[in-house]
Amino acid sequence: MSAVLSAFFASPTVQTALAVGTVVAVVSSVVGVFTITRGQSFAGHALADLGAVGGSGAFLLGVSQLWGFVLAGVISAVAMEAIGTRRLEGRDVATGIVFGAGMGLTALFLTLDTLIGGSSNAAISVLFGSLFSLDSALVPVIVALGVVTLAIMTAIWRWVALETLDRDLAAARGVPPRTASTLFLVALALAVQLSSLSIGAILSTALLIGPAATALLFTRRLSTAAALAAVIAVVEVWLGCLVAFASFDWFGGSSWPVSFTIVAAVFLGYVGARTVTALRPFGHRMAVG
Amino acid sequence: MSKASRLRDPDVVLRARGIAVRLGGRTVLDDVDLDVPPGAIVGLIGANGAGKTTLLRVLLGILRPQAGGVRRPDRRAGIGYVPQKISLDPQAPLRARDVVMLGLDGARLGIPLGRRRLRGAVDAALAQVGASDFADARVGELSGGQQQRVLLAHAIVSRPTLLLLDEPLASLDPVSARDVVALLDDLRRRSNVAIVVTAHDLTLLLPVLDRVAYLAGGRAAVGTAAEVVRDDVLSALYRSPMRVVETAGRTFVVADDAVTHT
Repeated sequence: MSAVLSAFFASPTVQTALAVGTVVAVVSSVVGVFTITRGQSFAGHALADLGAVGGSGAFLLGVSQLWGFVLAGVISAVAMEAIGTRRLEGRDVATGIVFGAGMGLTALFLTLDTLIGGSSNAAISVLFGSLFSLDSALVPVIVALGVVTLAIMTAIWRWVALETLDRDLAAARGVPPRTASTLFLVALALAVQLSSLSIGAILSTALLIGPAATALLFTRRLSTAAALAAVIAVVEVWLGCLVAFASFDWFGGSSWPVSFTIVAAVFLGYVGARTVTALRPFGHRMAVG
Repeated sequence: MSKASRLRDPDVVLRARGIAVRLGGRTVLDDVDLDVPPGAIVGLIGANGAGKTTLLRVLLGILRPQAGGVRRPDRRAGIGYVPQKISLDPQAPLRARDVVMLGLDGARLGIPLGRRRLRGAVDAALAQVGASDFADARVGELSGGQQQRVLLAHAIVSRPTLLLLDEPLASLDPVSARDVVALLDDLRRRSNVAIVVTAHDLTLLLPVLDRVAYLAGGRAAVGTAAEVVRDDVLSALYRSPMRVVETAGRTFVVADDAVTHT
């Protein structure tokens, strides 16, 4: 085991994966706590699929899929808020319509990537991630984007809490509700796109929702939930990386995909936490009420 | 006297003049005036769709009227607002005391730090509305009546001079509704806060109301209950015969059957 561990930490590929994975885990889980609180998991999923349009389109233009993901995600977030607030109740409808169109475009771009761009691995890379094949030159950019996202969340922390309670209530307290919800959606888009880059557009919501939902089983305080979710997410991502790395030896040269092992760790973490809380009186009360 | 100086008056906390609102081509409010003195409870009474909530949003300063003006206290600390209801996920990590704390610093940027010195004010507000027992519960898990008390504590914690409540009695059973009315009466006596409350039925509120703004057809009849809650005034407002019926010490407003059924 220690031989595997030393090889694990010595590998440059693993070092890049752990650096990016840690940033993505912290950002996704902190934003995830607010996403669950606001009941916007669906918007998170839609942003992942719209980001995939950019990620798959980037191959055609020959630029890094990171920028494709980020640009498409942020534009989509601003557009979603603009369309959604025109009718207060229309948020789900607007999200759904744009979401479907995004999936179609991604299918088109991925086909073109293979036909014209010759990128035969584009589909796997965009949809299921590429944590072990990231360019280490991207690490500073990803860290910077992570810091920006956390800075936005830190700034609008109380605004979003108030706006989640009630829009008019927030406005009555002097919070610009529209600015608050738009900034939150931009932070959500950035978190989801960074996550898409690591474990893929399809699986990115697992990292957004999983660790946050696990943390919420143990605390009723917002700041504690965010801190706990971040710790859980980092442990799960590192565990996923380690298992994927070690599985290379178990199957004689063909390892499990790291996206699978991370999502498996997230899933098992949540199921385990639910089991633990269900065995306690407090957990039982929550499960009932 | 200029309009600006006419709006400045120490005897009113809130003054609205000539408020007109059109929403989607429909005239919701037309030339509505309202004065709210300190310590008074003013009822905005009317049927669903009469414009009560619209007027409340104008008074609150989150809806700009097409005509007219409102002079009000500073929105951040001077006005407390209690929405009719909130819908919050039961899992949401916001305790009752967190919601009340947001009444003090919710508009500030950055993560909340150094809030210890604010805890006394939060505990006092929770105690004042009888919400101390569920101060540490998740707000999403509380009943509608309990959530309303928490929102009321949120509204009063910044010691506002004006409190606006949207249909606080709408979803309550009669006993809880009576308790809320008593709570509002107690609040204005103790802290001299002016209270504006909307309701579709004035029966429960009538004993504590100092002033009534009865809304119908975009217009408002404003005055004391004795001046407004009368057959002739309400009949003129509704443009249809109305009767004020008193029974068992309560007052009800009904359409005049003798006329409408012919």
